[in-house]
Amino acid sequence: MALRAPTLTRPTLTRRVLRPTGLLLALGVLAVCALLSVTVGAKPIPVADVWAALAAYDGSYDHDVIRSLRVPRTVIGIFVGAALGLAGALMQALTRNPLAEPGLLGINSGAAAAVVIAVFAFGAGGSAFVWPAFIGAAVAAVAVYALGSRGRASATPVRLALAGTAVAVVLQGIVYGVIVLNDFVFDRIRFWQVGSLAGRDLDVFWQVAPFLVAGVVLTLCLGPSLNAVALGDDLAATLGARIPLIRTATALAVVLLCGAATASAGPIWFVGLIIPHAARMITGPDQRWLLPYAAVLGAILLTAADVVGRVVLPHSELEVGIITAFVGAPLFIALVRSRRMAQL
Amino acid sequence: MSKTLAPPRPTPTGRATPRGALAVRLFGERISLLVRPRTVAVCLALVLVGVLALAVTVTVGDYEISLAAVPGAILGYGERLDVFFVQGVRLPRALTAIGVGAALGIAGSVFQSLSRNALGSPDIIGFTSGAATGAVLVILVLGAGRLAVSLGAIAGGLLTAAIVYLLAMKNGVQGYRLVLVGIGVSAMLGSVRDYLLTRAELTDALGAQIWMIGSLNSRGWAEVAAVWISLAVLAPVLLALGRRLRFMELGDDTAQGLGVPIRSTQIWALAAASALTGAAIAVAGPIGFVALAAPQIARRLTRTGGTTLVGSALTGATLLVVADLVALRALAPTQLPVGVVTAVIGGSYLIWLLYTEWRGVRA
Amino acid sequence: MTTPADTGSRLNGRDLTLAYEQRVISQNLAVSIPDNSFTVIVGPNACGKSTLLRALSRTLKPAHGHVHLDGQVIGSYPAKEVARRLGLLPQTSIAPDGIGVADLVARGRFPHQGFLRQWSAQDEAVVAEAMDATGVTALADRSVDELSGGQRQRVWLAMVLAQQTPLLLLDEPTTYLDIAHQMDMLDLCADLHAERGYTLVAVLHDLNHACRYASHLIVMKEGAIVAEGDPAKVVTAELVEEVFGLPVRIIPDPETGTPMIVPVDRRGAAR
Repeated sequence: MALRAPTLTRPTLTRRVLRPTGLLLALGVLAVCALLSVTVGAKPIPVADVWAALAAYDGSYDHDVIRSLRVPRTVIGIFVGAALGLAGALMQALTRNPLAEPGLLGINSGAAAAVVIAVFAFGAGGSAFVWPAFIGAAVAAVAVYALGSRGRASATPVRLALAGTAVAVVLQGIVYGVIVLNDFVFDRIRFWQVGSLAGRDLDVFWQVAPFLVAGVVLTLCLGPSLNAVALGDDLAATLGARIPLIRTATALAVVLLCGAATASAGPIWFVGLIIPHAARMITGPDQRWLLPYAAVLGAILLTAADVVGRVVLPHSELEVGIITAFVGAPLFIALVRSRRMAQL
Repeated sequence: MSKTLAPPRPTPTGRATPRGALAVRLFGERISLLVRPRTVAVCLALVLVGVLALAVTVTVGDYEISLAAVPGAILGYGERLDVFFVQGVRLPRALTAIGVGAALGIAGSVFQSLSRNALGSPDIIGFTSGAATGAVLVILVLGAGRLAVSLGAIAGGLLTAAIVYLLAMKNGVQGYRLVLVGIGVSAMLGSVRDYLLTRAELTDALGAQIWMIGSLNSRGWAEVAAVWISLAVLAPVLLALGRRLRFMELGDDTAQGLGVPIRSTQIWALAAASALTGAAIAVAGPIGFVALAAPQIARRLTRTGGTTLVGSALTGATLLVVADLVALRALAPTQLPVGVVTAVIGGSYLIWLLYTEWRGVRA
Repeated sequence: MTTPADTGSRLNGRDLTLAYEQRVISQNLAVSIPDNSFTVIVGPNACGKSTLLRALSRTLKPAHGHVHLDGQVIGSYPAKEVARRLGLLPQTSIAPDGIGVADLVARGRFPHQGFLRQWSAQDEAVVAEAMDATGVTALADRSVDELSGGQRQRVWLAMVLAQQTPLLLLDEPTTYLDIAHQMDMLDLCADLHAERGYTLVAVLHDLNHACRYASHLIVMKEGAIVAEGDPAKVVTAELVEEVFGLPVRIIPDPETGTPMIVPVDRRGAAR
């Protein structure tokens, strides 16, 4: 395995100052985005009313909109974005491939298949998608990971990519089969699979919150180990890193984070792919900084995209999944053109 | 290279014909070819399976036709219903399946060879995604008929492939950059389709979705003609380029050192393979997985290093005609779109392949 | 040192500007490969050795100027015509999954083949000889994937030999090889040169190898040719120090009498 030597030497003075300040700055931007998300929409609500709605709820229409729609939506957006950013950074560290993203583990297709089956078999709808999506994502990811790490060697990046593709294709076939036979299912799934934050209430958030928290804690514990893994398996092992354990824990964290994100907002592409690159430009390859940055930047992108989606069309909303693809894809192409990236 | 071997010995001591191959030389060496018996046997077996599936497709169904009545029915003799089902329904459907499968198999093989990536396929450079978007636009926005949908698909596919190629170009086109730009553009087009699908009436959206899955239901002689004429024009071009493509798998520098004109081969192969994919998609929709799987299956069956265009074409044709038979009969009388079957069967096959291949020790 | 723009040789380039996209590697480069020579290009890392070799083998088109092969601009020949006169062993090649050794070597016959003439008796004889010359005959039926780095390098050389070109360009042919195989590879090249009249151009890292085997040495630094000619006359301690920044002593090679470079012991100085 080729060695890649990330610069893990003592950071320069500017970087030592820059990284904490940058993170604070990013948190500030996130706060602004969150504020916009609460105030902007079909009915603009002034900041003062927002505060009143939270502090002294008077049951008025505006207050109701804030408490039951805008706040849950904003909270979910922040957490989904952070989870996707973190999961993307983890996937890229795990596979040592700058193009890896959580979808590679079959999470989106697993969730889609499970949602389709839930609708088909039980007529589920709305927030009842959360559990099927989460379970489907987890099962698919375990299957992909098990298939990819079969045999003596542990899961290599190429194997994971092939296994992920194969599993995703079968699940896609199942989805197709069901929606062709039943147009009610199709009607549900076509809205779910775009990826949206609209109409999510806090129930959704509380259902996935334990998984999100577990995923975040696990991720933050993994930072130093992932720095070692970045040096290549052999060198990492001589540094005392327990590679199979780290790999499995990382995959588990990805499933927790991304499964929860997909369960609450549907499949959202590109956040997990783009955000780690943006974070890396600021922090360099040190995972201990990269991970918090990825979380905050992911949250900013998703909340901002959600706000844009609400104002860009005059009388309707654009789903956040559409906005992120439209912003993410050109960025991705620019990235591919600008740098020599590792081959798949 | 033992150390005693200072001067190269003038007389060769070993056999030089590659393993598993026979040298065939005719007309005093004016024609000399390498023939691999295993490849020939595999191709013949594929043809046999394909013909069997064709026979079953034509004869079996809710209305059974005896095999003996088929030749007459093709020519228009025999019972009226026999003639109707053979001539009007089943034969064109099966012939479309064979043509589309062969086209996808060849095109997939070319794309994998060009991108030097087992996952390279017309889907990946965005062609399929562009075609799907073009077709969905025609279906949902213009609400036009099948011919317009086909044209929309071709236009969308070619436009997208051209955009991807241009965006990937930077001091030459590298395989992996092409693939990555394709992923990006496809994702963007995917969100356009998602948008259209969620804003349309349910029945229209379902029609568009079924088109995107890929189906051979109610395909007639117009489709047969479209796909087979495209094959007749484009397959020879690609077969002629096939030798060069095999050499380009050795790396650009090596291929150029051997005298392969890289740039022109790349452009011609890409254009012809895209056109062939376009024809297949226009006729049957973007049937998934055939282009991805056929070259891989063919390679493992024939056990040759690198790609084999003829093998991939035959594998693709056989795969699709068998898959369509399953799509017809699995839930009869409901006809599934064939894309459902290729995804489930093909994906399961790939899983099984990976499962068995990785059981061993090779990393 | 002069760099004669000798147009009499089969392979030469004049007024070359070599660049990757915006990054210019060499400017106003004039190079001429003496016929029937074993030319070795040496120089520190990133001095443009491989870039020059790529330009000579037409895998890199000069941004300015032309490389001439047999009196014509190299790009004006049909690709196969060049490949019948000039062979290239690049630094990196890709062996398709599962390809056999004989199959790979046979691919060197491409420039001599056509649509109906894909495996003549001559092809077979040449491939057998190329495998024999590089000692890979016993591996003929193995998969290239299974071979060691050194074996693989010999298989690639066999492929280039099967091309039967009077001119042969080799980009670091001794990488991945242990010392014995390095010497085998260089002995083989020397034999091709001495006994079969091949004109060889090789990029080498090891200066002592270069001095021992080269009949013509080209020394490069920062994209320019700083010296060329018979190694015995060209290689001096001053030149090596100027080019590599390393103080050395030059002594005669006890085996061949060619210059041998011994770095000055600096351990005392470092303290």
